[in-house]
Amino acid sequence: SDQPMPTQKGVDVNKETQSMPTRTGITLRVNGSDKHIDVEPWTILLDALREYLDLTGTKKGCDHGQCGACTVLVDGKRINSCMTLAIMKDGTEITTIEGIGNGNGLHPVQQAFIEHDAFQCGYCTPGQICSAVGLIKEGRARTADDIRELMSGNICRCGAYPNIVAAIQQAMHAQERNANP
Amino acid sequence: MTTNYIGLPISRVDGPAKVTGRAKYAGEYNLPNLAYGVVVSSAIAKGRITKIVTNEALRLDGVIQIFTHENAPPTSPLDESYHDESAPPGSPFRPLHDDRIMFSGQPVALVVAETFELARYAASLVRVEYQAEPHQTDLTAKRGQAREPKPREFIEKPKSRGDVAKALAKSTAQIDVEYTAPAEHHNPMEPFATTVVWEETGKITVYDKTQGAQNNQRYICKVFELPESDVRVLSPFVGGAFGSGLRPQYQSFLAVMAAVGLKRSVRVSLTRQQMFTFGHRPQTIQRIALGATADGTLKSLTHEAVAETSKFEDYSEPVVNWSGELYRCKNVKVSHKVVPLDVYTPLDMRAPGAAWGLFALESAMDELAHELHVDPLELRLKNYAEKDLNTGKRFSSKALRECYQQSAERFGWSKRVPEPGSMREGDSFVGWGLATGVWDSWQMPASAKAVLTADGKLTVSSATADIGTGTYTIMTQIAAETLGLPLADVKFELGDSALPASPVEGGSFTAASIGSAVKAVCEKVRKKVLNRARKTKNSPLVDAKVNEVTFANGRVALHTDPSRGVSITDAMKQGKAGNIQEEVVATPNESRQSRYIRHSHSAIFAEVKVDEDLGIIEVPRIVAAIAGGRILNPKTARSQIIGGIVWGIGMALEEESVIDQKFGRFMNHNLAEYHVPVNADVRDIDVLFVEERDSVVNPLGVKGLGELGIVGTAAAIANAVFHATGQRIRTLPITLDKLLISSAARRELQKPAA
Repeated sequence: SDQPMPTQKGVDVNKETQSMPTRTGITLRVNGSDKHIDVEPWTILLDALREYLDLTGTKKGCDHGQCGACTVLVDGKRINSCMTLAIMKDGTEITTIEGIGNGNGLHPVQQAFIEHDAFQCGYCTPGQICSAVGLIKEGRARTADDIRELMSGNICRCGAYPNIVAAIQQAMHAQERNANP
Repeated sequence: MTTNYIGLPISRVDGPAKVTGRAKYAGEYNLPNLAYGVVVSSAIAKGRITKIVTNEALRLDGVIQIFTHENAPPTSPLDESYHDESAPPGSPFRPLHDDRIMFSGQPVALVVAETFELARYAASLVRVEYQAEPHQTDLTAKRGQAREPKPREFIEKPKSRGDVAKALAKSTAQIDVEYTAPAEHHNPMEPFATTVVWEETGKITVYDKTQGAQNNQRYICKVFELPESDVRVLSPFVGGAFGSGLRPQYQSFLAVMAAVGLKRSVRVSLTRQQMFTFGHRPQTIQRIALGATADGTLKSLTHEAVAETSKFEDYSEPVVNWSGELYRCKNVKVSHKVVPLDVYTPLDMRAPGAAWGLFALESAMDELAHELHVDPLELRLKNYAEKDLNTGKRFSSKALRECYQQSAERFGWSKRVPEPGSMREGDSFVGWGLATGVWDSWQMPASAKAVLTADGKLTVSSATADIGTGTYTIMTQIAAETLGLPLADVKFELGDSALPASPVEGGSFTAASIGSAVKAVCEKVRKKVLNRARKTKNSPLVDAKVNEVTFANGRVALHTDPSRGVSITDAMKQGKAGNIQEEVVATPNESRQSRYIRHSHSAIFAEVKVDEDLGIIEVPRIVAAIAGGRILNPKTARSQIIGGIVWGIGMALEEESVIDQKFGRFMNHNLAEYHVPVNADVRDIDVLFVEERDSVVNPLGVKGLGELGIVGTAAAIANAVFHATGQRIRTLPITLDKLLISSAARRELQKPAA
């Protein structure tokens, strides 16, 4: 850039620069299509999705695996995408909130979240929904108490928990009915 | 088809955007040639920066610039320029202004690089040397220095009356106790972030996390001496704020500074740790003394609060103001004082003041009830205030009595066994407690614009925000119903400084203020639609006046004969008149409103279970009855109250920003150690809306619900814990260690003397 920059006292910014380690090319299969990106070895999956693939539906709430806002499905399992390096997921199948729905329609969990008002600000919502889809697939939750326990890795500061539980119950039961008509 | 939407449980109109990830928040606008800024935070609480070594970081290929106080571009020299709409009195913090450190975590440098990863790594290479000075962050140690805060806008100075000492001395039952509350942090899920889009013309578009796009726009213009036409602030989606977005936070300043200085687009996002480096609910110590006659008549009430503020601003909040109003008591002494500490200025957080104040007052009322052997509900009804004794004014409406009755009935309060520790379930003690909640019902001046196009589609807008509160949805409902249009044909726009003027989104006044403006602007549009409808061919409305017609189901028709009318789209096709556009400023009817006390109320009943051996506390159920005026949307309204109650659970049992006095720093600055309620902590929450009509508060009769849910909830839980265990924990949060220590101490006391 030829724009004038404010001067940094005592430092010659034109001095010999130090290069960073080479980026690594990886392929992630995201929401059904292959994405080739060059990332730093320490780029986390969450930043790869948000900053490199413009999939900002996956949220950063803490960057430390403490809040669940970054939950995505990797090979069908829910994980905190802030706790894994992007290069570790080379070749895996990743589903983010943008790929949860069926074509143009909403996934039953997304629909249930709207009906039950299972969110307010919406920031934790993609993570909650991905987590709920993963939870239903795990097949471990039977009761409302099970859902509460197994959804406790996804913080909702707006406090929509009772509605989140109701939404998941609705989607879970609908799926059971479809499986055993 | 019916277009009556007000009062119906309409699903959020922004729901599809939020469940699909399409809703974009401030830090999510990815632009070509975007630079990333990462903040370096101060490691000390007080002192001076003696040296900042940046050359190691600057040597990295791709690091663009490192801003510090030594090279930051000049900004406005006037203190007043930094004073935003929600600032308390004082001298606001200026990022990178000089070498002085005023609080731990203060931003001392901004590293700007080509990628986020690089900026973060480079920030770790910046070395800062300090000359530390002794800091003071301990409220308890300095409480003797408490003084009156400078007056703050919208907060009345607490008023005392009568002679509390004399009345207390004559009372048959007395309590005199102290409650302690820690600092708490808002912790919205979305960390604060700003993306500044820089254009060649020098104009900037700022995607910001804020509860007031225009508040941030004015701040940026004043600080950077830019014309308002060159700065547009947008915040269409805000990932929670709870008060933290009432003031522009420092990432906003830093992102604009870097973008303007480097002439390119810049994003600055804060880390979760940095979310603990600006504004918090202040740690507060409260003393309450109550005196009553044997039948429970309240004779004397003293409520004194001492809270922290910063050394540079006088933050104060209405902690004690409610106590002189909530109960009928002739002798009341209230005071609120502050102690300046080396911390960032406290910041309004969901129900500022009332959250702490009602915890103390409603806990003390429970203690008095126990002392008197009177049912806690009876005690409140016995001292029910029909008017405010401070001012002699009546309430514009107050269905609190109905709240107590309906909530008690739903909860099953009559089955409560009064003696603490007498209700059990398995290995747990069961406790039932109740408390009252109260909050202001303000209306602020606000404007709105409406554009009705020839195809019958309506767009209404105002600069306000939707921080998860449901603003998009309820404004769409109000507009659609007022003009009789289907919801799908109505769009509401917000979160844009270019839209009609609005106050910050806070104080639970958005539904009342913006809602009144939306209603008024749509009523203005109605008149113009009627004019056009009159002129349609063979119009049945040719002589109709606006008060003789109804706008419903896409038609304007006569009240007396709804079959005689004109469709709104037909009216709009009349002539070549084009769009109808109107804008209004809705101002409160102050002369009428000021004759009344205007508040919302609630009665919260809580059940707790306390494990006998482990002290683990659970909250299986809460029933809350709410007198919040007219309910525009019972679905989103219920969510607002549930959210507030979940905050009450956190306040009672979990939340505490623990300061390490040696370093003057919040040490649990993350979501693993700062506990907020998770799904498993929240069980049944039953919300009842009590009918309450109020024609004084605003033209819609709404009272606002964002804050009411938290008020009183922690006291209801604390009272239930006492009822379960006989132990009164007066220091929040009530954690199991405090219960176990307290019970161990009690057993020690009860041992027979050797």
